Amino acid sequence: MENAKEKYIEDLKVIRSMMDRSGRFISLSGLSGVVAGCIALLSAYLAYDLVYEGQDYFSYRQYSATRSELLLLLALGSAAILSSLGVGYWLTKRKAKQNGQSVWGSESKQFMTSFFPALITGGLLVLILLAKGFLGLVAPLCLLFYGLALVNASKYTIKETRGLGMIEIVLGLSGIYFIGYGLAFWAIGFGFAHIGYGIYMHLKYGA
Amino acid sequence: MKSIIEDLNKAFENKVRLGVMSILVVNEFKDFNGLKELLQVTDGNLASHIKSLEKLEYVDVEKKFVDRKPRTEYRVTEQGRLAFKKHIAAIEKLLR
Repeated sequence: MENAKEKYIEDLKVIRSMMDRSGRFISLSGLSGVVAGCIALLSAYLAYDLVYEGQDYFSYRQYSATRSELLLLLALGSAAILSSLGVGYWLTKRKAKQNGQSVWGSESKQFMTSFFPALITGGLLVLILLAKGFLGLVAPLCLLFYGLALVNASKYTIKETRGLGMIEIVLGLSGIYFIGYGLAFWAIGFGFAHIGYGIYMHLKYGA
Repeated sequence: MKSIIEDLNKAFENKVRLGVMSILVVNEFKDFNGLKELLQVTDGNLASHIKSLEKLEYVDVEKKFVDRKPRTEYRVTEQGRLAFKKHIAAIEKLLR
């Protein structure tokens, strides 16, 4: 009887793990979070230099960009996002290979189709706002929509991404409330939160 | 006690068949390679276990072409879902 019990406890474990793993894209690389965080910090620093040159640190600032500065900021932001996605893709592909999962398998498709709609909506909204001159809303809205995308996609990937998404949402809303400190919230949300979560995921799930 | 043992399903005693059912009840469908990746078993082993689930009418097989490549999709049947539920309920009762 005891042996049978042990067998069925083992069976329940198999059932649970298969149900969980089969619906999730588990190969998301933690290291890519660390790299993305570093890129975000670097780009925040460069943007800071560009925007607030010669102003007082750590206090409320107003800023109105000239057209060429705006384009430069846009290029900087795009470069940061694209290079983060690129490195993330490469590291994730490597990890997927180790896990015997495919980067373009049904799990990753579920993940991507629930991740990108909110992210792309946010991206387009930010572009529209930039065109209309609402520069201050850009950084917090990036955080907000990225957070929503993560929370929405978290059921199809490593479950910790939900917590990260919640943090980004809180930071995004705070950034809208404390408008003018957008870059600081951006650095915390995209920089430090990514690095922290990336290290945690890397330690928990391996390279 | 006797009724619990009657509810335990012999078809799910095997780990591979148990795995296949667990995957299929939470996914709309899976193809052969998807199952193979998740369960880490050989082609022949997986095929024979799926065959037996098919015979019991717990699993439905659909062969189709996607981008001119053949793909075999597996779905759990209503009968299979019920049997699996009953099996898990019996395990839980047994362990209580």
